[in-house]
Amino acid sequence: MTCVGPTVVRFSRATAAPPQPLIRLGKNEGVTTAPRETSRDALSVAFTVGTYGVAFGAAGIAAGFSVLQTCLFSLLTFTGASQFAAVGVMAAGGGAASAVAAATMLGTRNALYGLQMAPLVRATGVKRVAAAHLTIDESTGVALAQTPRGTHAMRRGFWLTGAGVYLFWNLFTLLGALGAKALGNPASWGLDAAVPAAFLGLLWPRLTTTFLRVVALSSMVFALLVTSWLPAGLPIIASVLVAVVCGWRER
Amino acid sequence: MSTEAAWIVLGATSVLCFSVKLLGYYIPEGWLAHPRLQRVNALVPIALLSALVVAEGLVTKTHVVLDHRLAGLAVALAALFAKAPFPVVVASAAITSALVYHLH
Repeated sequence: MTCVGPTVVRFSRATAAPPQPLIRLGKNEGVTTAPRETSRDALSVAFTVGTYGVAFGAAGIAAGFSVLQTCLFSLLTFTGASQFAAVGVMAAGGGAASAVAAATMLGTRNALYGLQMAPLVRATGVKRVAAAHLTIDESTGVALAQTPRGTHAMRRGFWLTGAGVYLFWNLFTLLGALGAKALGNPASWGLDAAVPAAFLGLLWPRLTTTFLRVVALSSMVFALLVTSWLPAGLPIIASVLVAVVCGWRER
Repeated sequence: MSTEAAWIVLGATSVLCFSVKLLGYYIPEGWLAHPRLQRVNALVPIALLSALVVAEGLVTKTHVVLDHRLAGLAVALAALFAKAPFPVVVASAAITSALVYHLH
């Protein structure tokens, strides 16, 4: 549920979205614009990304979580990179506070997505809670990619992608957890290498410029350098310093 | 990891990550508009994911340990350069690492 793989539509995550012309649209406007294409986009992204749940299910078990706990992560946390971070820090021998902090910091971008999706879904009450829970990279990405097709398509893209990823991500988390449980010793099946490889796979599509690649390499070197000095898990949190230093000044 | 720690991490992560999502639907747009905040926020996932690659692939407790995981990670890197899809990247790393683990 983080930008992995080629199916995820690129969109600017940091810049505030240009305000969509939501107000002038009546409730019947835009209903006829290409709903089929939007549904197809949404479902193909949902299924592809959902299958990565297998990797999370395996990672949860490898870190020492139970099948139930691993599945609850996907049901309740439902934001991929954060879930991987939480179980990853625990697998690295880190403390609970480090695990929670790393996961929460990785999840802050969802607040920016919510900011962009709020005027689009215009939901209240329970529906707003549901919209918030489904606000992830993919639902926001597909919704924004539907901009040329109109507000109705954007809204459909958001809900369908969010609900679809939720369904498949949880289904495949269960399969991955059960599979990993049946396999036994994580190292014997390479699961201890699958987790850092998954992080690398999550990181890779984000490295779109030289500057971002330099930030990534700097963070890796920094994390390695402080490893002997800090308790396990803290080097991961400390790497946020690299982001602060690199992002402080305008380039 | 104790069972208590596992439940605490699960509960706190779920509550905080959901709260952050919900926050986006309530805060006025101007609050997060500061360019510096946006620049740093855009880099946070990159820094964290990079550190996680290292912490998971090259570190055991508080020591740098180069073992079978490194072989898996190297193959994952090669797969990414070859534009392999995510499941292939993860699976090739796992298979390589498992082979090295058993042959070693």
